Amino acid sequence: MSKALPLRRRTDWVGILFAVALTVVILVPMLVVITWSFANVWRFPSVLPQQFGLKFWQMTLARSDVWSAFGLSLTLSAVVTAISAAICLPAAYAFARMEFPGRNVLFFSFLAGQAFPKFGLLVAIAAIFLQLNLIATFWGVVLIQLVGTLLFMIWIPVAAFQAVDRRMEEAARDAGAGPLRVFWSITLPQASPTIFSAILLSFVGTFYETEGAWLIGAPQIRTMPVLMISFINNQPVIQYGAVLSVLLWIPSLIALVFTRRVVNSGSFARGFGG
Amino acid sequence: MSKLTIAEVSKAFSTTRAVDSFSLEVADGELVCLLGPSGSGKSTLLRMIGGFETPTSGEIRIDGEDVTRLPPERRPTGMVFQSHALWTHMNVFNNIAFGLKLRRLPAVEIRQKVEKVLDLVGLAGYGKRHVTQLSGGQQQRVALARSLVLEPKILLLDEPFASLDQHLRERLREEVRDIQQRLGITTLFVTHGQDEALALADRIVVMRDGKTEQADRPEMVYREPATPFVAGFIGSMNLVSGQVADGVFTHSAFRLQVSASPGSALLAVRPEALDIAPANAGQGMAAIHRVTDFGINAVVDLSLPDGTRLKANVPDARAWQVGQPVDLVPRAFALYRDDKILLRS
Repeated sequence: MSKALPLRRRTDWVGILFAVALTVVILVPMLVVITWSFANVWRFPSVLPQQFGLKFWQMTLARSDVWSAFGLSLTLSAVVTAISAAICLPAAYAFARMEFPGRNVLFFSFLAGQAFPKFGLLVAIAAIFLQLNLIATFWGVVLIQLVGTLLFMIWIPVAAFQAVDRRMEEAARDAGAGPLRVFWSITLPQASPTIFSAILLSFVGTFYETEGAWLIGAPQIRTMPVLMISFINNQPVIQYGAVLSVLLWIPSLIALVFTRRVVNSGSFARGFGG
Repeated sequence: MSKLTIAEVSKAFSTTRAVDSFSLEVADGELVCLLGPSGSGKSTLLRMIGGFETPTSGEIRIDGEDVTRLPPERRPTGMVFQSHALWTHMNVFNNIAFGLKLRRLPAVEIRQKVEKVLDLVGLAGYGKRHVTQLSGGQQQRVALARSLVLEPKILLLDEPFASLDQHLRERLREEVRDIQQRLGITTLFVTHGQDEALALADRIVVMRDGKTEQADRPEMVYREPATPFVAGFIGSMNLVSGQVADGVFTHSAFRLQVSASPGSALLAVRPEALDIAPANAGQGMAAIHRVTDFGINAVVDLSLPDGTRLKANVPDARAWQVGQPVDLVPRAFALYRDDKILLRS
């Protein structure tokens, strides 16, 4: 509790080094991709494109399949996240606050789903979906992507609910609130910053999810990442891929802006038990 | 007019009996302190009255109405928690107004009530503050206001000042006492601090292992402890065990004429009732181990030949030296046998 004397902050060289390294490996490739997307002509050995322009943006955005894929990806992510929240949040509350047989085993089974190579699992599921006529349908992809969100949407909210002081809930009961009212007015608001970060993670994760969407959804259901893969495979024009990449970053950027608040409050780290 | 009746209440957890057939009547407007070490069941008892635990058996009545099985939201009790348990996503006003809003009171009335209770706890004008911006003492006052604003029949306080520093604790407990007396609200106060209990209570219930050791006015609990446990728990006490034979209590350091039946017995002497007198070199029942000077008086730590340590209060520290042999003369004492009082002198 003692107030320390104001320390002269020593220059944090290690921190700076990390920041520089991160910038190099993350920001530089992003800058290159962005530059590519605005390059009409860029030939070796020039350091900068010979001609800047919006040619490939116009060409990409003029394609109806890009827009439909973008819309589809957004819809998919929203639907998957909403269903996931509806299923996982009550489950997370149960994990956090109730004792029931098999609780721990069930809790760690969500980790098991992520711990093994996904592709084998997907192929097996695809075989089952084929019989259920879910292959190449919207809801088939929703189902498969739902599985990918479970870990985030259960583990993080569990930590969030566990971090809510029981006494706060009891005080609300004491003031005359019933159990549901307590959950709505006390527990959920207390846990909401962390839960919000879980929802964002699940939304962005679903938006970028490729293997499931491709294996279950192809050929009718073409999400943005799936479309990008086919672009890159069919036309070795770097600019197409670059434009699509930049488009794909949009949800991430939006998410980042929101998450900053959450991360600053420290509850994000708490969600991971930090 | 609110009376609390606790009749033969027990609470058993999987391995322990936290509260064991406990009975108590709290009169209207009375402030009763439940005092005991941690694990004595006092908090469990309070939580059963508040409705957060269900008794395994027994009955809790408020004004004659059985509330034993009612959930907390339907009991006329108000609880103040040790950790204040304020809702950190609301400001002070909303914390206090929460219960009033649930009761669907008109907004104007809510505002008036909140302002009045904030004034009562000395926080007028703090409504818009965020609860995390308040000091520990202020937070606990808001918690008190949050309970009081609902005008509970029974106010329950669960070690409310345990996390505050000594100075603030003393000030707040006086304020709580003032408010309690002004409102005339029946109050149950759980604490493990004997000074808190002695300063606050109309009546102290000393608890141990889920049972009442003694329930009495504070001065009686101090002056006439019913059991050796109470004697040792409240205030400072010298306790030595010895034998009674032929009307004499014998211990290596004491020989006292007593009118008690023969057998083993426990002698209890308060430090302020234990006189010491200089003895000749090589004699004496005890040796002075340490002298602690408090200015207005001093405490002498005594060491008996068998290693037992005793304390005696003396008026002047300068009259005594470490190592000095002394004789012990109890002015007043009590004898206990089988956890019960045998005699008091």
